[in-house]
Order: sequence, then C-alpha cells, then structure tokens
Amino acid sequence: MDVMPKWAEVVLVPLISLLLAAIISALVILAIGEDPVAATKLMVEGAVGSVRGWGYTLYYATNFIFTGLAVAVAFHARLFNIGGEGQAMLGGLGVALALLFIPWPHWTIGLIAASLGAAVFGAAWAFIPAYLQAKRGSHIVITTIMFNFIASALLIYLLNEFLKPVGQADPSSARFAPHLDLPTLNSVLTGMGIKASKDDSVNVTFLIALASAVAVWVLMWRTRLGYEIRAFGHSESAAKYAGINPVRITVITMLISGGLAGLMGVNTVMGESEKLLLNSTEGAGFIGIAVALMGRSHPVGVVIAAILFGFLYQGGAELALWTSIPRELIVVIQALVILFTGALDNMVRMPLERMFLAARLRRAPGPERKPAEPAK
Amino acid sequence: MDYTTLIQLLDSTVRFATPLLLACLAGLFSERAGIFDIGLEGKMLAAAFFTAAVAYLTGSAWVGLLGGIAASLVLAAIHGVASITFRGNQLISGVAINLLAAGMTVLVAQNWFRQGGRTPGLTGNARFEGITLPGAEALADVPFIGPLYAELISGHSILVYIAFLAVPMTWWVLFRTRFGLRLRAVGENPAAVDTAGVSVIGLRYAAVLIAGVLCGLAGAYLSTALQAGFVKDMSAGRGFIALAALIFAKWRPWYALWATLLFGLFGALETRPDVIQAVIGLKVPGPLLGGLPYVMTVVILAGFVGKAIPPRAGGEPYVKER
Repeated sequence: MDVMPKWAEVVLVPLISLLLAAIISALVILAIGEDPVAATKLMVEGAVGSVRGWGYTLYYATNFIFTGLAVAVAFHARLFNIGGEGQAMLGGLGVALALLFIPWPHWTIGLIAASLGAAVFGAAWAFIPAYLQAKRGSHIVITTIMFNFIASALLIYLLNEFLKPVGQADPSSARFAPHLDLPTLNSVLTGMGIKASKDDSVNVTFLIALASAVAVWVLMWRTRLGYEIRAFGHSESAAKYAGINPVRITVITMLISGGLAGLMGVNTVMGESEKLLLNSTEGAGFIGIAVALMGRSHPVGVVIAAILFGFLYQGGAELALWTSIPRELIVVIQALVILFTGALDNMVRMPLERMFLAARLRRAPGPERKPAEPAK
Repeated sequence: MDYTTLIQLLDSTVRFATPLLLACLAGLFSERAGIFDIGLEGKMLAAAFFTAAVAYLTGSAWVGLLGGIAASLVLAAIHGVASITFRGNQLISGVAINLLAAGMTVLVAQNWFRQGGRTPGLTGNARFEGITLPGAEALADVPFIGPLYAELISGHSILVYIAFLAVPMTWWVLFRTRFGLRLRAVGENPAAVDTAGVSVIGLRYAAVLIAGVLCGLAGAYLSTALQAGFVKDMSAGRGFIALAALIFAKWRPWYALWATLLFGLFGALETRPDVIQAVIGLKVPGPLLGGLPYVMTVVILAGFVGKAIPPRAGGEPYVKER
C-alpha cells in the first residue's frame, strides 16, 4: 500500500524539492552580493516578457524536451542513459551529413531527412552501450559516459579533417543551403503582420518535440512494448518470468532513447546554427537528466520541466548580459535541481510519508493504533 | 626517437598521470566500499579552484592545499549524505556534484577576482614548485642514469611524490589493516559487516571522505603545480579518465598506477604528434589519441580482454531493516 496519496507523490514531492533548490539558489545569489528578487524579475522579463524572450525560451525547451524524453524513456527500463550528450552530438552529425551531401529541393523534405539522420545516428551511438549492457553486463552508466567523450573526440576529428571547408580556420562544417532554413516562430509572426525580432530562435522542431512527447506517452502507456519496458524496469526477474526478453528490451529502449537525444540535433544544427559546430549540444544532454527527474519521467512532466529549464537558460543569459552574475548560475541551479529531485529525493519523501501516515492514523483511531512513536 | 626525447616524453607522462592517479585512488576507496563515485571530476575541479584561490590570497600553496581539500570534502560529504544517509541514487548524486562544481567555481571566481571565472596567476610560494632531489645536479652529467634521475625522477612537485607514495599506502591500508578489510567487505557484503557489529554507515562515510582528500590533492596539483592558477573547467574530463583507469585497474591499487601511467602516456603523446610519427611512421590525429583511453575502457568493460568485476554491493544503498 502506498503511504502517500498520488497527488502528493506527483506534485508535492517535486514542488518541495524544487522549492529547496530555489531557496539555496537564492542564498547563492545573496552570497555573491546580488539581489535574488531583482535577479528573478530580470530573468522573468528576459525570458517570457517579450516575443524574443519566448522565442529563445522555447528554443532551449525544444532541446530539453528531446534529451529529457531520452533520459525518461531509459529510466522506465531502469537504465540510466547519461550519454544523451554524445547521442545528441552524433544526431547533429547525422543532420549535417543528411543536409550537406544531398540537394534536397525543399526544407520540408530536408527536415524529414535530417530527422531521420539525427535519430538513426543518435540511436546507433546508444546501441553499443545498450548491447554491451544487455549481453556482457558492462555498466551502462560508465559506457555511456565513455561514449560522450568518444563522440566529442570523433566530432573534433571529423570536423577538422573532413567537414571543414578548405581554407577555414574554425572547426565547423559548410553552411547548409539557405532554402533549407527552418521556418521560425518569428518569421511566421512577421508574416502575419506582428512585429517580432529577426533572431533564429524557436522553429518548427518545437512541434516535432511536442509530437515526440505524445508519441512517448502512447508508446509507454498504450502499447505492448511500453508495457514490457515498464515491467522490465519494475522487476527484471518478474519480466523474465513473464517471457520478456531482457536483451531485446534493453537494446530497444536504448535505441529509442538515443534516437530521441539525437533528434535534438535537428533543432540546434538545422534550426539554429545551420551548420555543424563543435559544441552545439552545450550540455543539454545533462540537463535532460534534471528534466527527466523533475518531470518524474512522464512526458507531460518532461515538457513542463523542459520549458522551465528553457526559461532558466534564457533568463540566465539575460542575467549574464545585464548584471555581473555569470551564466554559470544556471549550472548551479541545474545541479541543485538534480541534487534535490534526484539524489536527495528521500530527504523530502521520508518526513512527508511520516506526516501522511500520522494523519491517516489520527483519522482512523482503532485498537491497532500505535503510541506516538516516530517511525524507525 | 633519441634518449632525451624519451625522457621528456616520460617526464610529461608523469605530469599527466599524477592527477589521474590521485583521482583514481580516490575512486578506488569509494567504490571498494560500495559507493559509486562519478563525482571525481567535480571534486577535483572544486579543489583546483579553492587551492588556487586560497593560495593566491594567503601566498602559501600549503594553506591553499588545505582550502582545496576542504572544498573537496564538502562535496564528498554531500555525496555521503545523499547516497549513504538518504540512500539516494549515487550516480545522480555524482552528476549533481559535477555540475555544482562546474557552476560554483566560476561563480565564486568571478565574484572574488572578476577575471572571467579564473584566478590570478600564481607565483613563488603560492605554487608547488619542482623539488630537486639530492644529488640530481651532481649526477646530471652521468650518461644514461644522469638524465633519468635528474630529469625524470627529480624535479617534480611534492604532490607528485605524494601521489606515487599513495599507491603503496593504499595497498597497505586496504589489504594489510583491519580497517581495509572491513572497507572491502562493506563493498562486497554490507549485511555481513553489519552482523559483525561494525558500522556500515561509518565505514562508507570514511571511504567517501578519504576519496575527498585524494581528489583535493589531485585538484591542487592541477592549479598549483601543473598550471599556475585556476581556469574554468580545468579538470577537462580527467575525473572520468580516472574512472576509466579505475575500471582498467580492476579496482586494485598497483594496477591503478600502471593504468594511469598508460593514460598519462596517451596524454603526453597527444602533445607530441612528431614523436608518434617518428616512431610508427603514421600520422595519428590528436583527437583520436585523446579518445583512446575511453575506447580501451569500453573494450575492457565489454569483457573481451580480461573482465573487470566491480565490487558486488557497488551502487546499492544499504538498508538495515528487514
């Protein structure tokens, strides 16, 4: 029997964790001699106070939805995919290869090709760790960490040796054909006669991200495969007994996870930079961990958490622009969110469970009621 | 390749290997006690910054070292509270610690020094300078042995010698003391240790804090010996290479020495592409060499070349009741 009602589990625990993270973040801002209230105001204004701000908030959120879903899907099978960063890098490579060498006639077809390239490359990068975990028992956390570094080394090598146009100094690929630029929110708004900025921020990839969230929900809770993944995550031995093949589930789950992380490349490489850069992922793979933890591995939670982190990212950029608070504040906040919603989950949960238990006992006093002794 | 080049290469191997070795031994203590530690990187980074900052402010590298170790211990304590007391996920806690260090170091550096997330350059006593071992100058002209002793063995900072001494020390503590026996037991079968009336929690905290001290030394080496000051993200993935070395070493102290020296050699070769070309006649691109430790670790993990078996209770919080 669950000690806590569902709403407390789904809403109260994450909210308290988040509150703790926010309080400590505020203390950090105070400690470096800045005003947390003013900083928050500035962040809100910069991130959601204008069309431009919203554009960037949603642009970042798009990345985080992909990487958050990637981590969440793996979590359901009790696999910790810490390699979203590397898978997203390879996804970006897939996008670049799909767009550089084939002259697609229109951006819509280009987008389909780029998405396929991104998903396939991301999934392929997750395949080896998945296979090694399933077949050889190599710890997937360590192998995916290693694959992050291998991906980054590979990317440096490929950009410098093959993809960099002749005579160019910085390691980036050639620019994609201009007609492959993705339509952005700003261009759509301008087309409707609304004044917006000219930045390339949120683009149609956001819609792909939302569609992916729906697809993940359908997969997880409305298909046989999703059921098998969740069953495997709850109890490997029970799943085996029920005839679920652990190798198959591990590999398929990681392929889906890697593919989702790879799709992030469409947003950054095709949508924003329009060429392959060395560091287009910018740590989004790791933010995916925070997003999945905060969103309790549910697509709805992931989308909400991703938008919140998009807000933090854009707000943090504004803070760095207007105050002396460096952008790294966001990394600290991200760390605190991971710490409180992930690692210190029990710190919030244990006292809450005790409270709910006490409340329930008070409501139903009976002969079995124990004296007011603290649990444990 | 001539003898002088070889000595130079081995000398920089030692420099590259030292922080890896210290961090690897840190991971060894922690993981032997059953606590996964992917936060080596963060602890090293925090120690690198606080050592440099305190050394700059006080003018003493030794006081700086204390500051660095303290910072690393704070992060180790957070890891302990999360993964031992509250039985949280040790891997997630490690990720949080890495991010916390990456963010906080820049935030504090900017606040204290206003130089874009770095500390001012360190000079004189604020750095751990190389020590000339006795007789190094007298022997320098002796053929063969002279350069070996004067260039390779002598002339490193005190932290290098501490790191190399830490290997037999670790071996002795883990395999020749009662504490070490219990520490290894708690990583294999904590319930048995508990039954024997020894505190699982106490042992695990001790292991995590020892890891904190060793990571503190590793970070201090980065910012006060290898380089003269802290720059943003200066640990540059070394904590993860150390983790790779730990698996490579199959969680054993002497193997850890060889593994980190091997990975140190890769690091040294990456800076000397001319040497590789001269020796094997092929131009090996630097990035591929940089990725080699990770590839080798995956191969080892896959169990194709000598299977590495981690401590059995690694990563699992110990629950006393039931």
